[in-house]
Amino acid sequence: MNFVIPGKVKTLSFVLMAIGVIAMVWGFLQGDGEHGEHHQRWWSNMLVNGFYFVAISLGALFFYTLQYAAEVGWSAQFKRIFEAMFSYLPIGLVIVLVLLITGRLGMHHTWHWMDQSLYVEGGENYDKIIAGKGAYFSDAFFWLRTVIYVGLFIWFANWFRKKSLLEDKEGGTELHVKQFKRSAIFLVCFAVFSSTLAWDWLMSIDTHWFSTMYGWYVFSGMWVTCMIFATILTLWLRKRGHLPHINDSHVHDLTKWMFAISMLWAYLWFCQFMLIWYANIPEEVQYYTTRFFDGHGGLSPYLFPLVMMFFINFALPFYILIARDAKRNSNLIVGVGLLIFCAHFVDVYLLVIPGTIHMEQYHGIEFWEWGMFAGFFGLFLLVVMKALSKAPLIPTNHPFLEESEHHEI
Amino acid sequence: MYDDEQKLLAAAKELVHQGIRVKDVFSPFPIHGLDPIIGVKRTRLAIASFMYATGGTTLALLGMWYFMIHDWPMNIGGKPSFSLIQNLPAFVPVTFEFSVFCAAHGMAITYMIRNKTLPGMPACNPDPRTTDDKFVLEIAASQNHDHDVENLEAALKQTDLMELSIKELA
Repeated sequence: MNFVIPGKVKTLSFVLMAIGVIAMVWGFLQGDGEHGEHHQRWWSNMLVNGFYFVAISLGALFFYTLQYAAEVGWSAQFKRIFEAMFSYLPIGLVIVLVLLITGRLGMHHTWHWMDQSLYVEGGENYDKIIAGKGAYFSDAFFWLRTVIYVGLFIWFANWFRKKSLLEDKEGGTELHVKQFKRSAIFLVCFAVFSSTLAWDWLMSIDTHWFSTMYGWYVFSGMWVTCMIFATILTLWLRKRGHLPHINDSHVHDLTKWMFAISMLWAYLWFCQFMLIWYANIPEEVQYYTTRFFDGHGGLSPYLFPLVMMFFINFALPFYILIARDAKRNSNLIVGVGLLIFCAHFVDVYLLVIPGTIHMEQYHGIEFWEWGMFAGFFGLFLLVVMKALSKAPLIPTNHPFLEESEHHEI
Repeated sequence: MYDDEQKLLAAAKELVHQGIRVKDVFSPFPIHGLDPIIGVKRTRLAIASFMYATGGTTLALLGMWYFMIHDWPMNIGGKPSFSLIQNLPAFVPVTFEFSVFCAAHGMAITYMIRNKTLPGMPACNPDPRTTDDKFVLEIAASQNHDHDVENLEAALKQTDLMELSIKELA
């Protein structure tokens, strides 16, 4: 029996999308610059949201393949949830791709290095440091990488989904072994590309700056948001009676992931910060000084959201979710999960905005920015729900299904 | 004594069902799902571990404040230490490691004391074969006043057991 999207959820996602559209129009009309003719803030927010939700899908695809590659049994029952989550990949990747193309065409200035005059030696805008990265940012190499990411991720996602549906019909272990092998290959690709895509799409915004920890840091962020979304979705589906064999042990394990990856994220955030703080090299430190100080002896407008989101993403799950009973309490998990989910939006927001908006023009997160977040969330929710309703919610022939149903810790 | 943990598990279930209290089980490895059957309470080791970790955090910060700031301020890598809070990032790794150290050691030592298995303590398992491939289920008559010894023996013989020994304990 297939899952049918409840009318309320459909309405909710359409309402969210409507809010998103209104926020987008409003935000675009706001403009910035001297006469409001630039819309950089709007484009930056498109990238924040575009990346944030694609990251959840990528995290889902990663976790899904991880389950295969590690031959995991307990998660077999709800693998469809992850399939539904990575079904957003094509839409999300196209959004990012459109942003990259419009950026290259000069319609917005999110990626400073896309300005070709920076590379002209002796030219007015010549920038020695950026020109030194010219080979990496050259059109041929950059677009080749981007096309590889987009193509590869969509191809893998489709392949896994197709094989998973085929398994429902055919059964046997042959398909499972195939997926196991393909998963290992994907993980190798993902290990490289998750880092490089974080450099290409996000780190290059602060073009002069670089950090070797960045790729992992972004990756841990996408993983934790994926786990939160998957956990809340599982709890919701269980409450509605769609997943009868999910017991508290499954919820406990999912929340353990949420807890553990929050710690991984905080660990990487802190490592990146501490090394830069300690070494105190000007070209590295400038990334944090823009986020901490305003350059005139005061504090940066980015400092408050930065500190808040670090505490919500680290201290909150640590102290609340550390106990065993807390990891089995649905209400608590959903509450903490939603908070971290929003705080991770602020995390991605702070990766993009300080590099693209002048500090003098920045006065905190605007309402329409949250509205755009809500809109993208509505779109993501609808796509995930649609994909969930297209196939039986519980796979029928997965070899580990029996093991998953008797999961007990 | 049983030669398979599943047999022991079934036996324990049956005995508890008859109202017999199982004193303890000796096994070479943890038997999944046994604890709730024989009425072992959930361990409080996790709470102890959290307290050890908190103690470690406090101790580490206090120690570093005393060594590096109060007693003899040190300038390391251009970071003169005159304030703990301003130099906190440098102290976080050590604090973290020390917390883990305290939690791990505290937990291991607590565990061994509670189980009376500190190095040098006399072994108290009834049969050395339980460290190899056999499983012993121990029932004390003193804990089962509702059943006399013959009754207990009969109940045990009903289960799929390998060996039965009755000992008079002082």
